Amino acid sequence: MRAVAVARGVAWRTLHNVFTNPSLLVPSLVFPLFFFVAFAGGLSRVANVPGFDFPLGYTAFQFVFVLLQSAAFGGVFTGFGIARDFESGFARRLLLAAPNRTGIILGYASAALVRWLVTAAVVTVVALIAGMEIGGDGVDLVGLYTLALLLNVAAVLWASGVAMRLRTMQAGPVMQMPVFLILFFAPVYVPLSLLQGWIHGVATVNPITRVLEAGRGFLAGTPTEVGIAFAVGIGLSGLLALWAVRGLRKAEAAG
Amino acid sequence: MSEVAADQVYTVARRSVVRTIRQPANVVFPLVFPLLLLAVNSGGLNAATKLPGFPADTYIAFALAIPFIQGALFATMNAGTDLARDIQTGFLNRLALTPIRGIALLAGQLGGIAVMGVVQAVVYLVVGLIVGVRLESGPAGALVLLAFAVLISIGFGALGAFAALRTGSGEAVQSLFPVFFVFLFLSSMAMPRNLIEIDWFRAVATANPVSYLIECIRSLIITGWDGQALGLGFGIAIAVTIVAVLLASRAMRTRLARS
Amino acid sequence: MHDRHGIEARGLVRVFKKGPRAVDGIDLDVSPGEIYGFLGPNGAGKSTTVHMLVTLLPPTEGVARVAGFDVVKEGPQVRGAIGAALQEAALDPLLTGREHLRLQTTLHGLPRSVRETRSQELLERVGLADAADRKVRTYSGGMKRRLDLALALVHSPSILFLDEPTTGLDIQSRLALWDEVERLAKQDGVTVFLTTQYLEEADALADRVGIIDHGHIVAEGTPAALKAQVGRPTVEVVPADESERERAAEILGRLGDPCAGSSDAVAVRLRSGEADLAEIVRALDAEGLRVQQLQLHQPTLDDVFLAKTGRSLEGAGDEEQEAEEREPALEPA
Repeated sequence: MRAVAVARGVAWRTLHNVFTNPSLLVPSLVFPLFFFVAFAGGLSRVANVPGFDFPLGYTAFQFVFVLLQSAAFGGVFTGFGIARDFESGFARRLLLAAPNRTGIILGYASAALVRWLVTAAVVTVVALIAGMEIGGDGVDLVGLYTLALLLNVAAVLWASGVAMRLRTMQAGPVMQMPVFLILFFAPVYVPLSLLQGWIHGVATVNPITRVLEAGRGFLAGTPTEVGIAFAVGIGLSGLLALWAVRGLRKAEAAG
Repeated sequence: MSEVAADQVYTVARRSVVRTIRQPANVVFPLVFPLLLLAVNSGGLNAATKLPGFPADTYIAFALAIPFIQGALFATMNAGTDLARDIQTGFLNRLALTPIRGIALLAGQLGGIAVMGVVQAVVYLVVGLIVGVRLESGPAGALVLLAFAVLISIGFGALGAFAALRTGSGEAVQSLFPVFFVFLFLSSMAMPRNLIEIDWFRAVATANPVSYLIECIRSLIITGWDGQALGLGFGIAIAVTIVAVLLASRAMRTRLARS
Repeated sequence: MHDRHGIEARGLVRVFKKGPRAVDGIDLDVSPGEIYGFLGPNGAGKSTTVHMLVTLLPPTEGVARVAGFDVVKEGPQVRGAIGAALQEAALDPLLTGREHLRLQTTLHGLPRSVRETRSQELLERVGLADAADRKVRTYSGGMKRRLDLALALVHSPSILFLDEPTTGLDIQSRLALWDEVERLAKQDGVTVFLTTQYLEEADALADRVGIIDHGHIVAEGTPAALKAQVGRPTVEVVPADESERERAAEILGRLGDPCAGSSDAVAVRLRSGEADLAEIVRALDAEGLRVQQLQLHQPTLDDVFLAKTGRSLEGAGDEEQEAEEREPALEPA
């Protein structure tokens, strides 16, 4: 199938770029680790707040957020790469050469996925070394990582849609800001029940909160809100897939 | 300072300010981003005030100190990249051919940074007051806080200028950002030092000079007049500023490379 | 009042850390009020020489005195007497033209009462009065160069350095700049040291030309004298029938030495001078060789360069540029 062949080509080249270019690879690995260390390390006392009921402790509590965050930002970083490709003119060559252009998006998304899997592995290993306990079984963990994967896909689709519409490196902040906001208007530091005031309201309606809570549930072995979380993940990915494909058409039209 | 030298410093400072204003992103981002972070983090971490021994009633009062440091960080970046651009376009050569002395040129650049630093600090302070934070140290404390903000803008700005003068490259200056980022995070930024459980993290935060800069500002907001915090904070800020300015002056002399 | 000293240099050398001697022993004697043209391809060492003379770069060896002051020991005095418009039109795109002048007049210590009027005067002189309050990023290349010149003249220097002032400019801007340089020298008595890679520029403007290649001066003199040295005119003939080329070459060869010409022509440098042209025409006629085109070329500075270095000026720059592209650009020590 042509789309697959194109996807493979694009994915290989993107990955090759990333893995041979430390300045691209290192930040996407270091940032999540750094946040993990800063939050789990500095804020661990928060677990003592009355009402903090996550059974596995603060490190595990933060791990889920960091994992999801790395998935989301991993997608955004790939979006930077796409914007760069447009700015350098490489993307135009791709559009001209590729027999199936949807394959291009598939390719970038696959690359983002592989890239994120590496990051996820590194973050997981570090968390285990830091003594994180795991409450869930194999199935639960698959659930957790699948949720993260869905976020990664959604983020790539979002970022590529932006990149293909704006076609310049200035698109960076436009890609990043919404992702940053949607991630941080969620129960990042404390469970939803401990949020007060305006942020409680915002976090309650934020779909990412469902994903976060479900993820934490998986890790603890007490799955919760699984259905909603997957619905959010799949739904977002679906919508953003449309966003990305429409973006592709716009980019094609612009030649 | 002679009248001519004063004029020179003023005109360079004026250019620095004008340049910043004419790049709106350089004004808006350093104002909006720290405040956004403040809002998000304060909302998310307000429960931490329930911890026994937490020194403030609201997390936002505790965290208001942070934007001032982040603002100083942006000062570094802007100072550095503007100066690097002057080097790359040859504008610095043009300035080198005038009678202006390197130190006056540096003073002008830093003067411009200081002005932007004050503006930023006032904005953060006003926003803090609007959302209900009260300074325990009162109006006098506000003035001391602004003075401190100016001091660290100059100090950090001089670091950025040093990086630019040494390397002549905007990218090199940008690569300082992660370094500062790390210093900012591995500090008592989010939690008072005595409430950090993880030993190695607490040790790093205790050794980190940025912790004391934050604590100095924080003390003016949530404590009042804490001699030790102020002493440590100002002491470190002054030391950093002196070292940074010396380094930057030397680098300026080398870069101007004139007889 | 103007200092009645020009530019003197003896044995000026500049070696860069990683490499070749960019300037390899240059002597100069530029008289006050003279326009001196420094002509050479890219990479010949022109800019490096200028940087040394304006005190931006210390010489590795040698001495130079500009406006009567030593460039190494009396830097501030040199800078007070000179103006420079260097290769990079060093301007700030975010500032307006007037703001640049305000900055420059202040930095040069002009009294406050004079700054505005001096700025206005210079803006009018270079034709930027209308654009003065627009940001420089909206200026064309020619306008930027003119602002550059205005900034160099702020403190009424007695010596002006122009490093490739018309590179990349359109004809109109170039001619306007040439006019202004002439006026500065002839009416205001300013000594002008100008570097260029364009031989027409050196030819048209300079009182004297120094041809520089690989860091040293290979020829120096007035354009006329230089051309006369080398200069015998060349004749180019394009035979009507291409197959006659060899015959044409043989005929021409009797009266001149073969030299390079355009691709379909046979060219010789005449041995005696223009008078030989008549001989050639007669000889071609006598042999019945029909001619499509016949041209007489007066010697150019390129011929001078060619004679001295074995290379053509026009192509030489490209070589240097290619060499530079192969190695990373050298930074001053």
